[in-house]
Amino acid sequence: MTPLKHILRSIMISIWFMFLTFPLMVVYINPLNYTVTWRWKNMIMVGIGTFFASFFWRRFQNRTVGNNDKPSLGQKTLNHIYTSPEISRMLLGVLILFTLSFPFIFSTYQTNVFTTALMYVVLGLGLNIVVGLAGLLDLGYVAFYAVGAYSYALLNHHFGVGFWVALPLGALVAAFFGILLGIPVLRLRGDYLAIVTLGFGEIIRLILENWDKVFFGPSGISNISRPAFFGVELVEKSIPHAIKYMYYLVLLLVLFTIFFVNRLKNSRIGRAWIALREDEIACQAMGINKMRTKLTAFALGATWAGMVGVIFAAKTTFINPASFTFMESAIILSIVVLGGMGSIPGVILGAFFLVLLPEYFRTLGDYRMLAFGASMVIMMVFRPQGLISHIRTKYNFNAKEPLA
Amino acid sequence: MKTYSKTFASMVFIAILALSLFACSKTEQEDVKDVATQKTDTPEIKTDVKPDMAQGDTIKLGVAGAHSGELASYGLPTVNAVTIVVDNINKHGGILGKQIELFVEDDVCKPEVATNTATKLVTDKVVAVIGHICSGATKAALNIYKDANLICMSPSATNTDLTLSGEYPNFFRTISHDAAQAKLQVDFALSKLHVKKVAILHDKGDYGKGSATLAKQFFEESGKVEIVLFEGVTPGAVDYSAIVQKVKYNGADLVVWGGYHPEASRIVKQMRVKKMDTLMIGSDGLKDESFINTAGEYAEGVYVSGPLDTSKNPLYINAIEEHKAKYGEEPGAFYFNAYAATLALTNAIEKSGSTDYAAVSHALKTEYVDTPIGKISFDEHGDAIGAGFTMYQVTNGAFKEVE
Amino acid sequence: MDNLQVELQYFLELFLGGLTKGSIYALIALGYTMVYGIIELINFAHGEIYMIGAFTALIIATVLNIMGVNHAALVLLLSAGGAVVYASAYGYTVEKIAYSPLRNAPRLSPLISAIGMSIFLQNYVLLAQTSNFLPFPKLIPEFEFLEPISHIMGSSEFTIICTTSVIMVLLTILIKFTKIGKAMRATAQDKSMALLLGINVNHVISFTFIIGSALAAVGGVLIGSQMGQINFYIGFIAGIKAFTAAVLGGIGSIPGAVLGGLVLGWTESFGTGYISSDYEDVFAFTLLVLILIFKPSGILGRNTSQKV
Repeated sequence: MTPLKHILRSIMISIWFMFLTFPLMVVYINPLNYTVTWRWKNMIMVGIGTFFASFFWRRFQNRTVGNNDKPSLGQKTLNHIYTSPEISRMLLGVLILFTLSFPFIFSTYQTNVFTTALMYVVLGLGLNIVVGLAGLLDLGYVAFYAVGAYSYALLNHHFGVGFWVALPLGALVAAFFGILLGIPVLRLRGDYLAIVTLGFGEIIRLILENWDKVFFGPSGISNISRPAFFGVELVEKSIPHAIKYMYYLVLLLVLFTIFFVNRLKNSRIGRAWIALREDEIACQAMGINKMRTKLTAFALGATWAGMVGVIFAAKTTFINPASFTFMESAIILSIVVLGGMGSIPGVILGAFFLVLLPEYFRTLGDYRMLAFGASMVIMMVFRPQGLISHIRTKYNFNAKEPLA
Repeated sequence: MKTYSKTFASMVFIAILALSLFACSKTEQEDVKDVATQKTDTPEIKTDVKPDMAQGDTIKLGVAGAHSGELASYGLPTVNAVTIVVDNINKHGGILGKQIELFVEDDVCKPEVATNTATKLVTDKVVAVIGHICSGATKAALNIYKDANLICMSPSATNTDLTLSGEYPNFFRTISHDAAQAKLQVDFALSKLHVKKVAILHDKGDYGKGSATLAKQFFEESGKVEIVLFEGVTPGAVDYSAIVQKVKYNGADLVVWGGYHPEASRIVKQMRVKKMDTLMIGSDGLKDESFINTAGEYAEGVYVSGPLDTSKNPLYINAIEEHKAKYGEEPGAFYFNAYAATLALTNAIEKSGSTDYAAVSHALKTEYVDTPIGKISFDEHGDAIGAGFTMYQVTNGAFKEVE
Repeated sequence: MDNLQVELQYFLELFLGGLTKGSIYALIALGYTMVYGIIELINFAHGEIYMIGAFTALIIATVLNIMGVNHAALVLLLSAGGAVVYASAYGYTVEKIAYSPLRNAPRLSPLISAIGMSIFLQNYVLLAQTSNFLPFPKLIPEFEFLEPISHIMGSSEFTIICTTSVIMVLLTILIKFTKIGKAMRATAQDKSMALLLGINVNHVISFTFIIGSALAAVGGVLIGSQMGQINFYIGFIAGIKAFTAAVLGGIGSIPGAVLGGLVLGWTESFGTGYISSDYEDVFAFTLLVLILIFKPSGILGRNTSQKV
C-alpha cells in the first residue's frame, strides 16, 4: 500500500471509532436531574488516538503474519540460550541468587506481591496439566483451589490441624474432587466440557456461600493459623517475618512443581495425555485407557490447586467465597494460554504478567483494569501461540538404518 | 541432562524478564505514592505542605477501601472525607507540629487484595488506617494491623464480630454494628408495624446475609411473628419475579431486606407492579440517595434504618459545604462517618501527644470529640458511643425520620 | 377448592416468570450459538455487547426526553433502533479487532482474547459513564388489555415473550431460506469448502456477529425495561447464564438456544418457587450437568460422530 492509502485507511478507521464511541464517550447523561453533558473533547481524542494506533496495529500485524515461518531474532537468541549450557548455568546462578535474596532486597509489600505471583505460577502449572497437556478445557479450576483453602480453614478451625498436615490433606481432598468431577464428564468433549466445569466451579462456590452451618457462609472463616516452621511455632510472629517465610515456602513449592511437571511431561502418562489431546480415537486404538488417563489429569491438576488453596488460606488467614469466582478461573486459564500452552517457562511468564500487571498498573488508577483487558487482547492478537510457545520434541526416524 | 539445562535456561530467561519488569515497576512504585496522594489530595495539599515538612517528618495516615470496581461508590466518599479533614488540619499547622501525609490504597473489597493493601500500608509505616470499607476485607486486613500494632478505624464495616468478638483490640468504628441495627428494625416492626408474617431476604453477601441472620434471630427471640421465608437472591440476576411471587404466596406482610440498594429497588418494584402492598424494611445499605433514584416512585413507603439524623448539627452542615466547595457535588455513602473517624483519630493523636499505639488507643476510649455525627467516644470494644441508628421512611422521594 | 386455586395460580405465575426469564436468556443465547456454530468460539464479550445495547438505549431515550420528544412510540423506536445499530457496530468491531486476526491461531487463543475484550468493554463503559446503577426509562407502554391480569403478567413480560417468539421465527426463516442464511450454514459446516464455492467467509462471519449483537441489543432494551435499572456489570452474569442456555439446548442450534433458555428459566423459577432461591444457580448448573451426561451435545444438538 502507498502511504496515501495508509493515511486514508487510518482516517476511515478513526472516523469509524469516533462514530462507535459517540454515545458512550461523548454524551454523558444524568438521568436523575435530566442533564446532558457533551464531551466533544473525548471524540477528538478518540479520533487522533485511533488514527495513530491503526498505523501501529497494521505494522505489527504485518510483521506477525510475515514472520510466521522463519524464527525471529528473539526466537533465535532464545534457542541459543536454551541450547548453550554455559550461558544457562551462568544465568541460573544469577537467578538463584536473585530469588533467594529477594525478600531481603525489596520491601515486605513487594515480597507479598511476588508471593502471590508465585502462587499463580503453581496454579498455572497445575491447570497446564489439564488444559495444556491433556487438552481438557477446564473453566472451573478455581473450585479445587477453593476446596483446598476450605479444607485447611475448616480443619484448622475445628481441630486445630496445622499447616503441614493440612497441605497433603488439602491436596488429597482436591484430587478426590477432581475425580468426582472427572467421572461424569468423561464423555464430553471440547466446549461442552468447558461449560460443565464452569458450572461445577459455580456450584462449589454457591454451596460454600449458602451452607452456613458447615462453611460459615459469606462471612467466611477468619484467624486461620499461619504455617509453623518444622513443627515449631515461629517465635517471632511479626508480619514481615511471616511474609518472608511464606515467600520461601511458595518458592520451594514452585521449584518442586516445575521439577514434577517437567518429569511428568516426559513420562508414560504425560505422553498419553499429549496423545489423547491430539487424537482420542487413535489413542484408544493404541490401547491407552482413556478413562484412567483423563481422570489422572483431572486429579493431578486438582492436587496442585488444592495445595495452593491451603497456602492461600494460610497466607491471608481469612477466606470467604468471594475469592473463588469464575473470574479467578478465567485468569488462571489466561495464564496458561497467554504464557504458551504446554510450555513451563511460558506459564511462569504468563503468571508474572497477569498477576503483576494489575498490581503495578495501580499507577494508572482507574484505567488499571481497562489496560489489563486491552493488554490481554493485544497479547493474543500479536502472539496467538503465547509468550513462549511450546517447542515440540521431535523424534527422528533414521530410515537408513536397517530395520531389525 | 539436556532437558534439565533447558528448564534451567528457561527459568533464567524468566528471571531476567521478571527482573526487568520489576526494575520498571520499582520506579513506578515510587510514583504510585505521589500519584495517589496527588489524585486524592488534589494539588492544594502540595502547596500547603512546607518542603522541609514533606520529607520524613510527617504523620502518615493510611486510607484503605474499595476505590475501584463494583463497590467503588461506597469507598470513594471516605477518601474525600479524609482528604478534606486532613487538608484543614495541615492548613492550621498539622498535629504535634507535624503535617499529615495520606497513603490511599485500593482493596476492591476483596479479602486477598486487602491483605496486600494492608501489608503495603504497614511497609509505608503509617501510624493508623482509616478503613477498610467492607467487613470481609476489614477482617482480612485486621490481622496484619494487629501484628503491626496499628489502629484501624472503619467508617462503614458493620459486622458485629469485628468489635464484640474481642479479637481485634486495635479496631474502632464510627458506625453502629449490625446487631444494634437489626434490633432496632425488629423492635420497630413489632411495635409500630404490628406484622404477623415476615419474609427475610438477603443478597447472599457478607453484609446482607449477616444482617438478615441477626434480624431473623431477634424475630425468633421475640416469638411474636412467624418467619415464613428466609432466603437469599442472586445479585445481578436478570429477574426476581419468582422470589416476589413466593413472598406473595406465603402471605408475608413484611419483607426485611439485608443487602444493598440495587437488588432492593428491583424487588420493591416487582412487588408494587404485582400490586402487592407488602411493607419493606432495609438496613443502612439502602440509606443512599441512589436507592430512591433507581426505585423512583416504587421506593415510597419503604422503611430504612440508618445513622442518626444529625443534619442540624453545624459540623454536619459545614462538612457538606466543604465537600461541595471541593468536589462540586453532594457527598456519598459513609462520608460523615469517615469525616468523624478522621476527626476522632487525629484528636486522639493530638491529645495523647504521640503516635504510640497504646496511648492513642487510650485517648480514643477516654476523649470525647465533636463530629458531624455527634459527640462521640469509643467503648471498650471499639464501637462508637453516641453514634446510633434510627428509622427512616421514604416519603415524597426523600428519607424522613419516623417519629 | 380455594386452596387449589391458590396453588394453581402460584404455579402459573412461576411458569410465566420462568418463561419471561427464559426468553431473555434465549435472546442472548442466540448470539452465542450463532457465533459458536460458525467459528467455534465462546464469545465471552457477547454479554458486554448486550450491556452496551442497553446503555445506548438509555442514553438515547434520556437525550430525547431532555430535548422534549415525548411521543412514546417514537422514543421506543429511536432508542431501540439506536441500540441495535450500535450493538451491531460494536459486535462487528470486536470481531475485526480481537477475533479475525486469530482465525488460524490455536483454539484457545480467541477465547482468552474474548475474556480480555469482556474486561475491557466493562471498564470502558464504567469509565466513560458511571459505576452507579442508572434508572432505565419506561420504554414499553402499559397495555390496557393486560390490566385484568397485570398481577400475573405485566406488559413488559408480555412484550419480552412476544418479541422473542417473533425474532426466533424470523431468524429461522433467515437461516433456512435466504441466500446469506445458506452461506452461513455452509460456512458453519466447512469453511474451506464454502470458500471454494465462492462464499466470502469473512463477510459471513461479520454478518453473524452483527445479527447476534443486534439480538443481544434487543435483549438489552427489553431487560432494561423489565429491571428498571442498569449498570456496567449486568452483561457478565446474563452472559454466563445465556451461554449455559446455549449449551443446554445444543450449541450451534437455533431452536436449541431458545429451548435451552426456556428450560433454564423454568428450572430457576420453579426451583426458587418450590425449593429455595438460595440454590437457584445450583439447580441451573446441576440440570446442565445431568442433561449433558445423558445427551452430551445438548437437548437439540446434533450428535456428530468424531471424524478420524
